[in-house]
Amino acid sequence: MSVAAQILDAIAGIVGPRWVRRQRAELETYASDGLPTLHARPGAVVLPGHRDEVIRVVRVLAHHSVPFVARGAGTGLSGGALGESDTVVIALTRLSRILSIDPINRRAVVEPGVVNARLSQATAQYGLHYAPDPSSQTACTIGGNVAENAGGPHCLKYGVTTNHTLELEVVLPSGEVVRLGSPNGDQWGPDLVGLFVGSEGMFGIATEITVRLVPTPRAVCTLLAAFGSIRAAGEAVSAIIAAGIVPAALEMMDQNCIKAVESSIYRAGYPTDAAAVLLVELDGETATAVDEESAIVGDMLRTRGARSVKTAHEQADRDRLWQGRKKAFGALGRLGPDLVVQDAVVPRSALPDVLDDISRIGARYGLTVSNVFHAGDGNLHPNITFDRTDPEQRARVERASGEIMETCIAAGGTITGEHGVGSDKLRYMSSIFDAETLGAMRAVRRVFDPEERSNPGKVIPVHACREWSGAIRYDRGRTVAIETA
Amino acid sequence: MAHRELTAARLRAILGAGTRVGTAPDGVPRAVPESADACALVLRTATQEQWRVRIEGGARWSPPDAPADLVLTTAGLRRVTDVSATDLVATAEAGVPWSTLRRRLADHGAWVAHDLPGDERTLGSAVVTGTAGPLRAGFGALRDHILGITLVTGDGRIVQTGGRVVKNVAGYDLAKLMAGSFGAFGVVTSLHLRLRAVPRADMTLTATGTRDHLLDAAHAVLAAGRTPAAMELLSPRAGGTGSAGQWMLAVRMLGMESEVAAQRDAITQNAGLPFTPHGGADAADLWRRLLSGTGDDEVTLRLATLPEGLADALDLVAHHLDETVDDWISVTVPSGQIRWSGAAGAEDIALLRRNAAEREVPLTIERAPWPVRKRLGHFGAYRAGVGRLVDQLRRSFDPGRVLTVAVGAEQ
Repeated sequence: MSVAAQILDAIAGIVGPRWVRRQRAELETYASDGLPTLHARPGAVVLPGHRDEVIRVVRVLAHHSVPFVARGAGTGLSGGALGESDTVVIALTRLSRILSIDPINRRAVVEPGVVNARLSQATAQYGLHYAPDPSSQTACTIGGNVAENAGGPHCLKYGVTTNHTLELEVVLPSGEVVRLGSPNGDQWGPDLVGLFVGSEGMFGIATEITVRLVPTPRAVCTLLAAFGSIRAAGEAVSAIIAAGIVPAALEMMDQNCIKAVESSIYRAGYPTDAAAVLLVELDGETATAVDEESAIVGDMLRTRGARSVKTAHEQADRDRLWQGRKKAFGALGRLGPDLVVQDAVVPRSALPDVLDDISRIGARYGLTVSNVFHAGDGNLHPNITFDRTDPEQRARVERASGEIMETCIAAGGTITGEHGVGSDKLRYMSSIFDAETLGAMRAVRRVFDPEERSNPGKVIPVHACREWSGAIRYDRGRTVAIETA
Repeated sequence: MAHRELTAARLRAILGAGTRVGTAPDGVPRAVPESADACALVLRTATQEQWRVRIEGGARWSPPDAPADLVLTTAGLRRVTDVSATDLVATAEAGVPWSTLRRRLADHGAWVAHDLPGDERTLGSAVVTGTAGPLRAGFGALRDHILGITLVTGDGRIVQTGGRVVKNVAGYDLAKLMAGSFGAFGVVTSLHLRLRAVPRADMTLTATGTRDHLLDAAHAVLAAGRTPAAMELLSPRAGGTGSAGQWMLAVRMLGMESEVAAQRDAITQNAGLPFTPHGGADAADLWRRLLSGTGDDEVTLRLATLPEGLADALDLVAHHLDETVDDWISVTVPSGQIRWSGAAGAEDIALLRRNAAEREVPLTIERAPWPVRKRLGHFGAYRAGVGRLVDQLRRSFDPGRVLTVAVGAEQ
C-alpha cells in the first residue's frame, strides 16, 4: 500500500511542494532512526513549517484515514519514529522556534522541533537551563523528548522530561486541537500532560511545549574514579546514594567502552587498564560546599576500592571528562560497522550481578558488548557491535538482546528506562505487563486516537491485550487480522 | 440506583468469606477488601449490579459523604510490603497511614521527599487527592515520587503500571493519570515509591512580616537562582504568628552540611530578612504544626499560578473568601501554589473559580462537603476538548459509572 497521490497533493497545497518528500531516495533518510536493526520506508514525508500547517495536514490525513508518524530529529533508539509505506511521516524539525523565555517564573515555551541543547544555550544568559540532557542533546528535539520521556545523565538529580513538562498544545489524530496542563503548578483536571509525556507519539502531536527551567548550579565538580572490577564500582554507586548524597550525575563505563573512547578523537584521559570508571558530578551553592562534598565522595570511592580518583573543577577539565562519556556512543561506532544501543533498568543493587550476566551473554554469542550507562539510576545501556549485512550476526544480536532483557526483567527491572518501547521492545511488553494492563493502555490510547492512526503498531503488542487476544496477531510492526474459521 | 437495596447481609453473601463487611456511619454497607483481587471482586460485582460505590481511605480528610449503595474502604490494605534501603524503593498498600509509612522508612534511614497536609491520612488519600505540602518546592508533587501503581478499575480489572525501578518508560504512564484523579478511574491499592536517604543536614529559617514584604523577599531568593527544599508563605493563622497582618515565611534547606550552610548564608542575604534559625526537634515541630493545622476546616482549595502572580491570586482569595485573612493559607512560593482552608459556600467558591479562571489560574477543590463537590466538581471547568477526553477516560476505566466522584462541574 502507498499513500494516494491526490492526498499528498492536498498536503503539498498546505506546506508547499518542496516540503513533501515522495521519492524513494528521499524517503530512505527517514527509513530508520538511531537503531540500525529496523528499517521501514514511509509512503511520504511532510515537513510543515508552522503549527497551523501541522493542524491542517493532520486534518487532511484524518479525512482520508491515513496513518501518520510524528518525527523529530530521528535520533530515537527504539524504532519509534518509523512508518510503513501506507504512512505519512510528519517531520517537525522546521518547527524550531523558542517562542518565549520567562526567567522570573522559570518557564520556556518552545515548538517541538527545538533542539534540546539549544534551549539551554538560549536560557544560559538568565542563569537557567533545561535539565533533561540525553546524550543526543545536540541533535534531538524537545518534541521527541516529550514523546519518549527522555532522560540523560543529569536526570539522577533533576528528573526526566515528565518532571519538566508543564503544558502542551496537542493536535489530536482527528485534527482537533487541545491544550493540556497549565504553565502553573497545578492542572485544570487530571494529569493529562503526565499521561501524554512518554506516549511515544500515539496520542497526537505536541505543537507547543511549556517546560520548566532550573537554575544553573554555581559550583560544579566532576570526579573520575577508576576501579579494578565492575562489581566494586557498582557497590560504590550504592554506597554514595545510600549515604544521602545526590550527585548531579553518576555514570559508569566499562573497559570496552573506555578503550573505545581512548582510541578515538574523543579521548578523555580515562585509564585504559581499569575495569570500570565512574564519573560523579556534584553541584551546589558554593565552591567551598562542593569541595567539601567532593572530598567526602572521594573518600567513599577510595574506601570502596577506587584505585585512583581524579577531581576536575575547571570547566575545560570537566568538559574533557564528560566528552568521553557524551561521545561514547560515537566512539563505540568505530568498533564495528553497526551498533545497537540497548536500554534497560535494574535495581541499583542488582547492577554488579546483571553486568556479569550481560558479559557472559555477550561471550556466549561471540559478540562485543560495551557498557556505558546511568549507574545512579540503574539504567543500563549495553552496546553491541555488529555488522548488519551479516544475517547470522544479526540473528545472534537479536538473541543476545533478548537474553539481556530477560536478565534485567528477572532482576526486578524493566525493558526501557529512557529510549521507549517503539517497535524494538514490543516483543518484551507482555513479559512485564499482563493482558489486563496492556488492554487498559490500549483503551487509553483509543480515547485519544480511536482509529489508532497515530504512530500505529508501536508500544502495545495488540495481540497480547486481553480483549483482543486471539483475534489479531502482530507481525513485524503491522497489525494483521487473523481470519476466524 | 441499584436494582435492589443493598444490605450488609446481602453484600456478605455475595462477596463470601474473603472480604470483611460492615456498615459505614451513614448506614451504607461497607466492604473491607484485603487484596487487589478482593477489591476487583467488589467492583466487578458493583458494576454488574449497578451499585454506586464510594471509595474511602481513613475518612479523615475528604468527608465520607458521597451518596452510595456501597462503601469500599482501603482500611484492609495496610501493609508496607517492602522497603529496600539499598535501592531506595518502597512498596506499600494504599490504606497505610502516611505517619506509619514515614516511621517505617525512617527505621531504614530513608524517606519520601514529600510532606502531607492533614493528620492521619492514608497513602492512597495523598495520591488520589494530589495533596502536596511545602516540600513540593524542592522535590515536586507526589506524582514525581511514584514509580508504579496498582489500580483496580471501576469495573474491577487489576491494572499494574510502572515498576520498582527509578526510571521506566515502558508503556504509557497511567500512574500519572491516577495521581490527583480523586479516584475517578478506580481504587489505587498499592504503590511503589521512590525514596531518598534521609539528608544529613536539615535547617529551617523563619521570619514574620507583612504578606507582600515576605513575598518580595521570597521572590528575591528565587530571582537569585536559588530553590530551597521548601519556601512557604503562611497566613497569620497558619504561621501561628498570633498577630493580625503578620505572615510568616518559612524556608527549609536539606542536604549535606556544607551545602546547607552555604544556602543559609546566600538565602539570608538574598531575602534581606531577620531570619530565626530552627534545627532538630524545633524545626520538625514547626513543620508538623504547619501540616496538621488544616484538619478542622471543612473546605480546602488549591489555586495554581505562576510565582509572579501570587500576590494577585492571594488578593482574589481574600476578596472572595477571607476578607479579614483569618483563614488558613499556605503558599508554596517556588511552585506558585496556594492552599486555602476554611469555611466557604458553593456560591463563593464558584465565583472565585470563575474569576481565577479568567486569570488562567486553575482552582481545585481538594475537599468540601458533597453538595459543594457535586455542584462544582473537584476541577470544575475544563479547557475546550479536555472534558471530553476526561469523560472518555472515565468511561474506559469505569464503564458502569459506579464510582461516585464529582470530577467536573454539574451540568
